[in-house]
Amino acid sequence: MTTIAEEKAVLEPQQRSHHVAEVLLRFRELGIVLALVLVVAGAAIVNTNFVSLTNVQQILSGAAIIALLAIGETVVIITRNVDLSVGSVLGISAYATGVLYVHHPHVSLAVVFLVALGVGVVCGVVNGAIVTIARVPSLVVTLGTLYIIRGIDGAWAGGNQVNASMLPTSFNRIGYGTLAGIPYLAIIAGVAVAIATYAMRSFRTARDFYAIGSDPPAARLAGIPVGSRVFLAFVLSGGIAGIAGAVWLSLYGSVDAIAGVGYEFQVITAVVVGGVAIFGGSGTVLGAALGALLLNTINSALDVVNISSFWTSAIAGALLIAAIAFDRLIAVRVAPALRTRRSSRG
Amino acid sequence: MADIDDLKPGDEVPSRPPRQHRLRAGLGLVLRWEALLVVLLGATIAYGASVSPYFLQSTNLFYICLNVGEVAIMALPLTLIVITGEIDLSVASMLGLCGVAMAELFKHGWPIWPAMIAAVALGAVLGAFNGFLVTRVGLPSLAVTIGTLTLYRGIAQGILPTDTIGGFPAHLTNIGVVPIPGTHIPYSIAFFGALAIVFAIVLHATPLGRSIFAIGANQEAAFFAGIRVKRIKFWLYVLCGVLCGFAGVLWTLRFASARYDAAIGQELYVVTIVLLGGISIFGGRGTIAGVVLAVAVLGCLQTALTADLVPAQDQQIVVGALLLASVIVPNAGDLYRRARERLRSAGARRHRAAAVQAESR
Repeated sequence: MTTIAEEKAVLEPQQRSHHVAEVLLRFRELGIVLALVLVVAGAAIVNTNFVSLTNVQQILSGAAIIALLAIGETVVIITRNVDLSVGSVLGISAYATGVLYVHHPHVSLAVVFLVALGVGVVCGVVNGAIVTIARVPSLVVTLGTLYIIRGIDGAWAGGNQVNASMLPTSFNRIGYGTLAGIPYLAIIAGVAVAIATYAMRSFRTARDFYAIGSDPPAARLAGIPVGSRVFLAFVLSGGIAGIAGAVWLSLYGSVDAIAGVGYEFQVITAVVVGGVAIFGGSGTVLGAALGALLLNTINSALDVVNISSFWTSAIAGALLIAAIAFDRLIAVRVAPALRTRRSSRG
Repeated sequence: MADIDDLKPGDEVPSRPPRQHRLRAGLGLVLRWEALLVVLLGATIAYGASVSPYFLQSTNLFYICLNVGEVAIMALPLTLIVITGEIDLSVASMLGLCGVAMAELFKHGWPIWPAMIAAVALGAVLGAFNGFLVTRVGLPSLAVTIGTLTLYRGIAQGILPTDTIGGFPAHLTNIGVVPIPGTHIPYSIAFFGALAIVFAIVLHATPLGRSIFAIGANQEAAFFAGIRVKRIKFWLYVLCGVLCGFAGVLWTLRFASARYDAAIGQELYVVTIVLLGGISIFGGRGTIAGVVLAVAVLGCLQTALTADLVPAQDQQIVVGALLLASVIVPNAGDLYRRARERLRSAGARRHRAAAVQAESR
């Protein structure tokens, strides 16, 4: 048998090495910011135009849409589910918005965004209902609805396209307008992330999401209505993707049946790179949004360093795998560290 | 039943339930799911025949089989992976990348056969990468294969962005045009048939097959029973890569050209076949016979819908709905039981409350 002092002596060096890992875990957002700075600095050295106002504005606008989608996806992933249908929901909502303007050119902005929200919520309700009532894994359900919603979008749109000329200027201005040099879209996404961050920290319902993701049976035993919370998470994700559809249309100005194809992979990559555990239970909206910004910045930097943009999806995939592998490494290193600290306190 | 402790070494462990019981359980399974698939297949064929008088002709059989050949081949290894409780969403991307690699090598002066073998070998490497991340690094297969879905397709796109590579020897590209001599069966579905027999024997009649089911039923129990869980899972991913590489070769030859977006989005069809075939998404249950029936249903359905002039995007809706139905329907019994229990407990509560009220009066 060893004495306590001996045990401490054995543990000490191990604890120090855990310390580094723990800092990395605690300050995931800091790590992403650091990576962002590195990418921006590297690209700016190669080509100073990278940090020109137009390019930065473009990066921010593009990232804003992924960041919006990432908010909803974060909530879903935190509950230990996944929503693969966000790209299709964005597509159908963008097309619905466009068609609304074609038929009613003078409709007010509020109505447009309400319609976009409604389309998204309907999709979210379908996803959530199947996942929670039929108790089917969300992966399969949302893989199915990914193609079903895209198919409905395709059948509805056919070969038609809604162009910028059919949209009123007030709507297009959301996409290209700026306030003190900052694009409106970035402001919208920033406000949304701020609200979501506050909500995810403070609201009881939001804390339930974390509890469900950490341990679903324990959450059920603790009296959390798991089914209705997971349902709510999917409705939130759908609703946000719906709004993102309207925002997407304002940015790109034209929409056809393939708007937002493949976005689900970018969004999941952003969320996971942003430090949201794919197993659920931990992660922040801010991290996910920063992940979206990092992803878009890297894509833009590729052009500057003369790597063909055809490589972007390969890089997104590699980043996703690197991020989950990194998380796993941290988890393996940090979990014992936290345990020893807790026991030494107690 | 004999106590486990009473068994001497060398005694046969009574792991199987009595024969009659097994028979009834087996019969029950057949009656439940595979019978449903046969009915569905009959309905699909009837629909096809009502749409087009040519549907039941033997030349049409060739086209039905041709359409599903590669997807069907990829569904077989995925079946085993799903039975172990994992998933591989990167199948269609592996097909695409292997096809591109084969065409690139051919373009750079490789003879066609070494290029084809290299493509299949590349499939093994891609599958091994998936398997390594899932089993050795311990990452969730869903996240890993979503990542490699994007990664592999992205590499294919990086190698071959916008061009198409063709010019393969005509006697090989003929596999997309001519059936096996003397029959109406295309080569790809013949490969599928042969593989399906091998898979069925391995899965249902060998210790390895029982191990695969055991892993899916309870991974920890399987581990403590001495089954090499990680090793089996790893090699299943490698096998999946190999067959996806093979499917990539067939796909490239059938279209006589390679593009980066070959079979993009076809993971929907592969996963649908597996789940429609009655493989439980939670692992541990399913038969190869079910998967073969599911291939037949999907093949006939696709051809029938095309004959009915249903556009491709509408077919996507049908296949997506089929995927949802094939996971919801097996749960329907459970759903019904839960709803009834809830009603009954609510009724009992009301009853108790009434009794308490009556007593207090």
